Formats: sequence, C-alpha cells, structure tokens
Amino acid sequence: MIVEGRAWVFGDDINSDLLYPQAAFGLPLDEAIGYVFRANRPGWVDLVQPGDVIVGGRNFGMGSARTAGALLRRLGIAACTADSFASLFFRNGINTGLPVLACPGVTAVVEEGQRVRLDLGTGLVRNLDTGAEAQGARLPAELLETLTGGGVLASLERRGLIAPPAR
Amino acid sequence: MAAARPLTAVERILARTSGAASVRPGDIVVCAADRAVLLETLFMPNSLNWRDPLVVAAPERALIVFDHAVPAPSAAEAGAMTRARAFAERFGIEKVDVGGHGISHQIVAERGLARPGELLLCSDSHTCASGAFNCAARGVGGLELLQVVCTGGTWFVVQPTIRVELSGALPVGCEGKDAFLALAARFGSADNCNLEFTGPGVTGLSLHDRRTIATQCAEVNAEFVLFPCDDVVRNTLAALGVHEGGRPGGFTPAVADPGAEYAATWALDLSTVVPQVATPGAVVGNVIAAADAGNVQLDQCFVGSCANGHLEDFAVAAALLRGRHVATGTRLIVTPASQQVFLDAVRAGYVAEIMAAGGVVTPSTCGACFGYHMGVLGDGETCLTASTRNFKGRMGSPDAQVWLGSTRTVVASAIAGRIVDPRTVDAAAGASAAGASAAGQGARVT
Repeated sequence: MIVEGRAWVFGDDINSDLLYPQAAFGLPLDEAIGYVFRANRPGWVDLVQPGDVIVGGRNFGMGSARTAGALLRRLGIAACTADSFASLFFRNGINTGLPVLACPGVTAVVEEGQRVRLDLGTGLVRNLDTGAEAQGARLPAELLETLTGGGVLASLERRGLIAPPAR
Repeated sequence: MAAARPLTAVERILARTSGAASVRPGDIVVCAADRAVLLETLFMPNSLNWRDPLVVAAPERALIVFDHAVPAPSAAEAGAMTRARAFAERFGIEKVDVGGHGISHQIVAERGLARPGELLLCSDSHTCASGAFNCAARGVGGLELLQVVCTGGTWFVVQPTIRVELSGALPVGCEGKDAFLALAARFGSADNCNLEFTGPGVTGLSLHDRRTIATQCAEVNAEFVLFPCDDVVRNTLAALGVHEGGRPGGFTPAVADPGAEYAATWALDLSTVVPQVATPGAVVGNVIAAADAGNVQLDQCFVGSCANGHLEDFAVAAALLRGRHVATGTRLIVTPASQQVFLDAVRAGYVAEIMAAGGVVTPSTCGACFGYHMGVLGDGETCLTASTRNFKGRMGSPDAQVWLGSTRTVVASAIAGRIVDPRTVDAAAGASAAGASAAGQGARVT
C-alpha cells in the first residue's frame, strides 16, 4: 500500500484531546471534524485538503481511546506517519482504515508543505521534494489486511457479525 | 530441543489468551478477552464505534457500565443509556445502571472482576487501573471493543517490558500519585512498553496507592501495567468471594519466569519521594516539587476520577479540611468513583466534613476529569486536580490551565488558595489542633 500526499507537520505529544475534543462528542461526523486541532492549530481544518498526510513527532495521539482516526479520514487525511505513535491512536488508525506508519526520524526529513510517499508494506517514507528518506516499521500483513479492507466495521459486516449501516 | 523462552508476566498472559506456547516482543497475537467492559459512551448518537452486533461471542464475560456522564447531563447521554439498556436486554448482558453506577475501573475492582492473570479490555484509556490486581487490562478503541463483543478477542503487538523496581516506603504526606510523578520525572515516557512493578516497596503500598499508580501509567504511554499478586490482592479478592485456582472462577496469578527478558529497569526508592505536581500540558517533562510551584493561584481544585476518587481520598480530604475552610475565591469539587464510595464516605462522615469546609461533593461520574460536566473550567481559569490528566483543554476551555497532584496536595492547596506542599498544611497548628491530629491519623488509610 503506497500513499503520496502533501505533509502537515506536527510536534511531539499531540494528544487525543487536541485531536478529538470532548466538545465534539455526540455530534454528527461532519460537525465533529470542525473541532480537530481547534485548541492547538485553529483554522487547520479549513486548510487541509483531501489526500494530505500528517507527519507527527513522538507519541502522536497520546491519551484517550477517542476514535480520532475516523475524524482524520473524514477530513480527507490519506495517511499518518510519526516519529512514534501512542498505541491507542495506532490501533484506532488500523481499525478505522486510516493508514498509519511509525517512522522514527521522519520529522527530521520532512517539512510542512513538502510531498511525501509512504510505503506501508516496506515502512519506507520518502520526501518527494528533497529525496530524503527515513525507514519506518513495516506494517505486518495481518494489519495491512484490516487496513485495506476498510477497518473493523467493514470486516465485521463482511463476516455477518453486525448489521449493515442504517439507511 | 531448546529450552522454553522465559516470559515476563505480561507475556505469560498474552501467550495464554492467544493459545501460543510462547510469545516475544514484535509478535502479533490475537487474544481472547477474559472480560469486556462497555461504557455508555459507545452508544452515543452518531457513535463512530457502534453498530448493533448480530452476534455476541460471550455475553457472560461482558459488562456494561454507565460512568462517563451520569446522571445524563443532556438528552444525548440519556439516549445513549436507553440504547445501551436495550442492547444489554437483547443479549442478556449484565449492566451497571444509574444508582449502582460508578467509574468502570472502580466497579470492576469492587466486584472482584479485575482478576490476577486475566485479560480485561475496555474502551477507556485508564483501563490499566486494574493492573493493580495483576490483571492485564488496557484501553482499546471503541471499534475494537465492538470486535471483542462480536468475536471474543482482538490483536496485540507484544511489546517490550520494563521492570519497575520499588524499594522503601512512601513518607508521610506522600501518596501513590507522588510516587507515579516521581517515576515519570526520573524515567520519562514508557513509549508503549509494558510496565511490571516489583520489589519490596510494592508490599507496603496500599491497594489504593497501587490503583492510583497503575491508572496513571497511561500518562507515560504504557501498554499493559502489572502489579504482582500478593496477599494484599488475594485478601481483597477473597473478601469478595474470588479465590485463587481450583474452583470455577478461580484465578491463576501471572508471574514472570526466572530469567525473563526486560528492556530496562526503573528503580525507585519510595522513601525519596516528595509531594510533586505536573505543570499544565502533559506529565512527562513537566514534573516539579509542589514546594517549587511558585505562587499559582487556584480557581478550582478537583479530587475524583478512577485514579483518586477512592474512599481513601475522601478520608484524606476530610481529615485535612477538619477545622479548616476552602479559601475564598477557590472552589473544591470532590467526585466519588462510585455510588459505593459515596455511600461509604457519607456513613464515615467524610462528606459532611468536606461540605462543612465549603467543598462540593458531586454524584459519582467521570465528570470534570474529562471536562464534560460537574466542574468544567472556563477561559483563563487555573485548576489543580487529583484526577488523571492535565492536557490542554482536558477539563474544559483550552485556555484553562490544569495542574496535576495528589489528593493531599490538592486539598491542602484548596485551603491555601494556591499550590502548596501539603506537609506545610499538615504541620500548621490549626484552631482545632486535637482534631487535626486525629485527622492526620485517619488520613493514613492503608
């Protein structure tokens, strides 16, 4: 699985409450996405374009179990890479179908606005503007399969374990 | 044939629940959960995490707990509870409804459902609280919990384990929160490693302090957190009718094999701990001595949450407040972790003492800890909290400042109106010196 897109670069310790503030709980998805990064980067949601990629620092997504991956996907984020992920964010990424690639050193080779290519199968991140590369962790086949299958809801639905979406 | 690889206690549980003879860091394992705990938040309108299951793998191993916003502050939460009740009814799943409710990690502790050697999953990041019972417990995403409900299990990457070796005993005036903050100050983030607590210092820690520490390990990005199963745990569970081995429902503690491989050792002498606070934003990199906080004026002080909404916290608060009053311009809010804690605190007289001193005692809920209701902060306000987390915006306005400290530090600071080292308040000879002295005794709950 290969994803290319324009990078938005964030620092270390971007937490779950910045990604998905409690004020967004219970709102329809299209309203909830308006709250993403409101506290640390107001206005970002109006600038982000479908296909963009997030590049985070250490412990990206730390904190709560909030399903931030679903909000990022709805905003059009094509993938997320970071020096390291908090495991709950990483798990939620796979489970919501948001490609996530842990890549130590990625913030050293990518600046905001540059184009990057993520190869989830090999773990390689390449800065398409500078040619610089960083080697991350290859996504195991089992997780890649959940990801490409559209996440947990799609998987459970295919297996007849949950009802199709309500019309 | 090669000798079996010695396993850490966490690896032991992941191996058993995945049916593997052995596991090692980096492996992906699919584990059957011994218990799945569902919260009312899963059933909120527009839930990103819920679609009604057609199949429930093990209804007898599931429990639904209403905890995050109870009683319902709006029609949205009320609707979530209605949907959760219908789901519980349809599949015969036990639920903990309004009236018997509490924060899920407290409820499983009170009911003896956090059992040594078992795997417990819940869609809350502080599920690691149950690690105090030698139970491998962790937060998973809501979607994963749905998967656990339908299939009985989910996947984990086996992560390296750090051994946390405790020695000594906490000095008077210090709590589990201070021990945790001292660990975070000294060793920083666990970066998705498991933490296994061990050493002679564990024995002298009350279960209350262990539960605070286990809960807080979420703030250093720990994966699974495990305390040993010792007599403190065994006796607590035995009193609830839960016993080791043999009989149905009997548990088998997880013990590390001799020679098990640890990624690192974090050693802490508890006797060196002083009252600590974390400055706003995060815990790692932000821990200082409470005495060094400077002149931080407080609008709100909060005691509550899974970390510090225990009966012992009420005892500490009541003892400190006896014969004293919350400072003018500061509000103190105390939220019990469960209805049972609330009732016990009423019967013990703690609630009356907190209220007589100007504190507010709310019903049990997660509430103010995550800035949802009953103690939400406004723009520009400063709060010192004994709850779980000090993120920007965590307790309400992103323009509010949230400091983190022990219950003793929070209550002493509420009396002073600014952040203080609680030992300065303990030492002060108040108007009712005799009462305060007796209170000091009562506060050393073990």
